[in-house]
Amino acid sequence: MSFATAGFVAFFAALFLLYYAIPKKHQWKLLLAGSLVFYWFAGWRCLVFIGVTALSTWFAARKIETLAASQTEALKAEEARRKEAGDPLTKEERKARKAAAKKVRWRWALGCMLLNFGILAVMKYTGFLLSIVGVSFRGFAAVMGISFYTFQSMGYLIDVYWGKVPAERNFARFALFVTFFPQLIQGPISRYGDLAKSLYAEHGWNNRTIGRGALRVIWGFAKKLIIADRLAIPLKILTQKPDLYTGWNVALVIVLYAAELYADFTGGIDITIGCANMLGIDVAENFNRPFFSKNTAEYWRRWHITMGTWFRDYVFYPLSTAKGMLRLHKACSAKFGGFGKKITVYLTTLLLWFVTGVWHGAAWNFIVWGLLNGIVILVSQELEPLYARFHGRFPRLKPSKAYGIFEIVRTFLLMSLIRVFDVYRDVPLTFRQIGTIVTGGTAVRFGELGLSSADWIIAGIGIAALYAASFLNVREPARDRLVRRPFLAWAGATALIVLIIVFGIYGIGYDSTAFIYNQF
Amino acid sequence: MSKGKTMLAIGACVLVLACLLWFLNALFLPKYMSEIPEGALIREYYEEETDHRILFVGDCEIYENFSPDTFWTEYGLTTYYRGSAQQLIWQSYYLLEEMLEHETPDVVCFNVLSMKYDTPQNEAYNRMSIDGMKLSKHKLGSIKASMTEEETMLSYLVPLLRYHSRWSEIGREDWEYLFRRDIVSDSGYLMNVHVKPVETIPDAKPLADYAFSDVCWDYLERMRLLCVEKGVSFVLIKAPSLWPYWYDEWDDQIVRYAEEHGLAYVNLLDHVEEIGIDWNTDTYDGGLHLNVYGAEKAAKWFGAWLTERFDLADLRRAESFSSPEEAERVNRVWTEKHEAYEARKARLEAEYASK
Amino acid sequence: MEDLLEILNEIAPDVDFSAEKALIDDKILTSIDIITLVAEISDVFGVDVPPEELVPENFNSADALWAMIQRLDEE
Repeated sequence: MSFATAGFVAFFAALFLLYYAIPKKHQWKLLLAGSLVFYWFAGWRCLVFIGVTALSTWFAARKIETLAASQTEALKAEEARRKEAGDPLTKEERKARKAAAKKVRWRWALGCMLLNFGILAVMKYTGFLLSIVGVSFRGFAAVMGISFYTFQSMGYLIDVYWGKVPAERNFARFALFVTFFPQLIQGPISRYGDLAKSLYAEHGWNNRTIGRGALRVIWGFAKKLIIADRLAIPLKILTQKPDLYTGWNVALVIVLYAAELYADFTGGIDITIGCANMLGIDVAENFNRPFFSKNTAEYWRRWHITMGTWFRDYVFYPLSTAKGMLRLHKACSAKFGGFGKKITVYLTTLLLWFVTGVWHGAAWNFIVWGLLNGIVILVSQELEPLYARFHGRFPRLKPSKAYGIFEIVRTFLLMSLIRVFDVYRDVPLTFRQIGTIVTGGTAVRFGELGLSSADWIIAGIGIAALYAASFLNVREPARDRLVRRPFLAWAGATALIVLIIVFGIYGIGYDSTAFIYNQF
Repeated sequence: MSKGKTMLAIGACVLVLACLLWFLNALFLPKYMSEIPEGALIREYYEEETDHRILFVGDCEIYENFSPDTFWTEYGLTTYYRGSAQQLIWQSYYLLEEMLEHETPDVVCFNVLSMKYDTPQNEAYNRMSIDGMKLSKHKLGSIKASMTEEETMLSYLVPLLRYHSRWSEIGREDWEYLFRRDIVSDSGYLMNVHVKPVETIPDAKPLADYAFSDVCWDYLERMRLLCVEKGVSFVLIKAPSLWPYWYDEWDDQIVRYAEEHGLAYVNLLDHVEEIGIDWNTDTYDGGLHLNVYGAEKAAKWFGAWLTERFDLADLRRAESFSSPEEAERVNRVWTEKHEAYEARKARLEAEYASK
Repeated sequence: MEDLLEILNEIAPDVDFSAEKALIDDKILTSIDIITLVAEISDVFGVDVPPEELVPENFNSADALWAMIQRLDEE
């Protein structure tokens, strides 16, 4: 089930009403049931997959926690014994025993990760991997949300392994964490420590919270249906026959895709978080005015935040602090001096972005996209001393508003340029298309891109509205201010719903020529 | 805010939203007044002030080939023609089912051309047949049988969901006809005074399979049984349109069906000379449909055919009614209709002449 | 402690590490800075910082860092 359907609205309305009607202590159980029903619409096969992940992770985490407890006990006992015997444990011996115990726990964690990442890899990447060796294979049917729930579960497992979070001993409660339905479609990827605070709690009816959530959901639908789906029309035309649309058309693709992806992704997240909020549950934010970032590093702290932090905490840091990597660092800095110290940093960063690219999709263009992001980050890191010297020479430039705007525009264009690998899908083609911006290409004909001028105006107004909302939300989300004035909130919600129904892109378009009676 | 107040607020909001959507629904529905009047036909039935002795149901060959005025002036017969563009057989069935709940005519005539369409054809034509129906189980039946893959039941129940994309085309006509409509037809008959002689009718290619599908036979049978149940005579006709081509093999199947069930069937194409149709003056689109001059001839001939075979009362005579008030009322209504028909004809002829 | 400050100053020369208490919270050190730091700590102090220790509590100030290094050395 996707969000923008009457089915989802009906499903959520029913769930919402039941949720506040039943005794509060059963609310989380209702959520679990609802999530399973929601997932069941994706196919009962999918339920098997998510069930395996939930079960294996729950079991492994409990085992690791139990082991940790028993191992600590055993160590304490041995320590006491040895002390009594007059032969206390040395620091090295203690460290060795701790390391050995950790290794046992690690095997459980590793096993569970191999299983679940393995399932993800097979389901998602078999087709791609086989195509590399020349075997054509359409690939397995998609399992809804597998990238998201696998990562969310593995994050929990690793947190338990690290002792950051207590294992959830109740399987039903854990299952809810894995299958929580608003997150299954496009995230955000939650941490157990964060989500568990409100997921299982009892929630009473609260006008403000529910109102805020509802406004957010409606706003999300507006973004998706009015702006994103509308911009998707010219984008499809521009990218399906790339040879016909080169030069400035490619520039148009870059800008339109930025707007379309932003509206679609943040709209979906708004619906997700809004629904969760309406149920009294807090979910981490996934976007924070990303197009106002001044550099690439900042962009990735503002766009798809939960993915960025997940990869940082569970891939980047572990990779860079692994014994092997640290040994390599020592060897490189010994051999190559100052430059050598940077080698492992580069290696880790590029590996990180390679994996990020792969996570996005099973195709070369995603890998190239990921690596390009990594390269840009490393290059701007290297250019820092240069920038520092430049700004030293013009000290009044950096804090000025104009320079700030320049940085924002530069980052926006750079990120949007890289992002276009997403939309052309073929790597050499993408490079070629971008090249034509400079060398020149076909003319841009707005009237032939599937949107009437009235539609372009609506799209323009929509984008302007997104901008305005960004500014309104700086200090405090506008909807928070809105719910404090109920009448305005109701009026706003009603107006927005009407706008969505009238201007949304859905259903069969009206083409009066189809109605003209025609016998031949 | 207390719980009660919250409930009230939600209720008020829902009410306001419902009113807005109802209003927008009325606004966005195509009105079919100036363009494509075919779309306006189905709903005009509800405006009828009297019952009808003969009901015609089917596609455009029904509502463009017979003049109700001739039926009245020649034979005192009240007729209605309920059809829409390329109306499918099940759509005709459900319309018939609906009409027979309101009245019991003497005869129901069904044009058999739509036996050739056994699957949903065109979303737009579906709309023109179904949107005009009042919400009822008949409408729901028609929707379910007619929906193409891309359509949803919800968009029929709330047409706004289908027509919302007209927002950039909303014009004067939509506002003017928000809550009313002009009557574009005469008892469901769509008049046309243009003349376009028949030039060439393309040769019909032979078909691989002439058998009508089970779906169509099923609905034909259901129509027949419905008429039996209501005590109404069911008559099959093939209107005098030269295209779409009516194959002999098809004609044979209908003839056999009619014989099997003791139904009357007449193919007016076989009687073109008797009817007196002149393909140079009596069609407005080169033979696909008759214009008003041809329709009057067809009605005159067919009226005679019907009165020969069925006991049909002349409603201009007071004896045909149980009460003098009813006689007076019906005659008054149909005299008004006659005047409206003549007025429309004069107006259209004047417009055509001035071109 | 001085060795640590030396490492820190090499990574981010403009920062006053004796005073700053919100190196992570205020985004003064980026994640790349952090892994560079960890690599250097491993080189210089022989202490391998495991990933679960890479949290704001340990990295927000030079003092917190020093405390972590000593603790990890002991454990």
